[in-house]
Amino acid sequence: MKQTFVFDKAPYVAGAYSIVGPKEGLGPLGKYFSLVLEDDLWGEKTFEKCEIKMHREAIKGALDSAGMNQHDLDAVIGADLLNQIVAASFAARDIDAVFLGMYGACSSFGESLAIAAFLLSGGFMKTVSCSTSSHFSGAERQYRFPLEYGNQRTPTSQWTVTGAGATLLTSVAPEGEGVKVKLTAATLGKVIDLGIDDESNMGAAMAPAAADTLIKHFSELERSPSYYDAIYTGDLGKYGTEILRYLTAREGYNLPTCYSDCGAIIYGYEQKALQGGSGAGCSSSVFNGYLTSRLKNKEIKRLLLCPTGALLSKDTPLQGATIPGVAHAVVFEAED
Amino acid sequence: MIEAKAYQEYVKQSAPKTKMMSTLLKAFLTGGIICCTGQAVADIIKVIIPDMSKENIGAFVSITLVFLSALLTGIGVYDRIGRFGGAGSLIPITGFANAVVAPAMEYNREGVVFGICSKMFVIAGPVIVFGVVAGVIAGIIGLFI
Repeated sequence: MKQTFVFDKAPYVAGAYSIVGPKEGLGPLGKYFSLVLEDDLWGEKTFEKCEIKMHREAIKGALDSAGMNQHDLDAVIGADLLNQIVAASFAARDIDAVFLGMYGACSSFGESLAIAAFLLSGGFMKTVSCSTSSHFSGAERQYRFPLEYGNQRTPTSQWTVTGAGATLLTSVAPEGEGVKVKLTAATLGKVIDLGIDDESNMGAAMAPAAADTLIKHFSELERSPSYYDAIYTGDLGKYGTEILRYLTAREGYNLPTCYSDCGAIIYGYEQKALQGGSGAGCSSSVFNGYLTSRLKNKEIKRLLLCPTGALLSKDTPLQGATIPGVAHAVVFEAED
Repeated sequence: MIEAKAYQEYVKQSAPKTKMMSTLLKAFLTGGIICCTGQAVADIIKVIIPDMSKENIGAFVSITLVFLSALLTGIGVYDRIGRFGGAGSLIPITGFANAVVAPAMEYNREGVVFGICSKMFVIAGPVIVFGVVAGVIAGIIGLFI
């Protein structure tokens, strides 16, 4: 079974936009995000409505950054973590384009980019936006405890990123001078479950899936990890990156020092986010804020992005089920 | 890929652990301060109303602590105390009050009936169930002794 696909007509990154909450704005990547909110409601009455607004504005921002409007758009591919992915679908009701809802938990951004690349490379569509979002307070009330409840977090836990990011992919090269970024290949991931049942240790639940996808990617393309200037996983967190290094090294792939994790770098140590950020908006805000700007100014020429997702509902751990993971990888290459 | 059993063992060994000593000390300190506050309330009531019975003073202490906890939850302080103190602020009656007020605040947006009233007991519910069941059992035993 082949999991890696190289695109003959690789789609271009025509636009990118990221919106994050105040905590993310204060983190080390703060200056790279397109918009930092002053509070986590953004004038809305509920956190869910705020996430919908963030999602919608991220898509519009990506269109604006490419000098396009929503009538140029063929499809919106979106995902989030709210029940029944309402952030993405409700955001899409204000946009005049077909909507494809994805779900791969926090790996959804990779899944969306891969599906969009298939549609564009296959010649079926010309302009597709890929967006994901998550909201700390929305995720807390849905999966964990009320915000004001005085409990403690375990050292392996992570902090859901309040953020939304949208990437606009086009089949024709964007006009104008400057560096062009292409999505050249994608490796789709299988669901992997090595029996982790601790829902506050998502890094350990997802790392095997990331390892499986990355190893498939390197072996099927016969590339070594050093082919890339930067390798980023989605939200394994600091401890999860250690596990991934261990798992890939066992199979003979030593990840270079340019390997990092979006969740592990989005918060500073003093921000008490423990292992770092998580959530569907983590990889999308870091990619559309920080990584695209590094691709654009040629600090990174070849980027392997591998968003990771833990697949569980609020009920499955209570029913004694373990937590499977999934990860999808996409390759971005910058050229003049 | 690594065997599931071997992987679980690896994670168990390598995962960052809770710092036992400092966590215990913080819990002891926080729980101790809450209990001292209760004792102080009792002593003050004794001075103001010398005739009050011991049972009534106990009730007043509980009411005062529950009120203070609800107030601190409402102004967004109790969750910080909880983050610092852990079980030290979770186990006393103040933790119970926090467990009721926090979801009531959180689910206020889903309306009074299906939001506040039905979600109010999502955390504290089991405590009430066990409390009532234990009360019934103790009552039946007490009837025959």
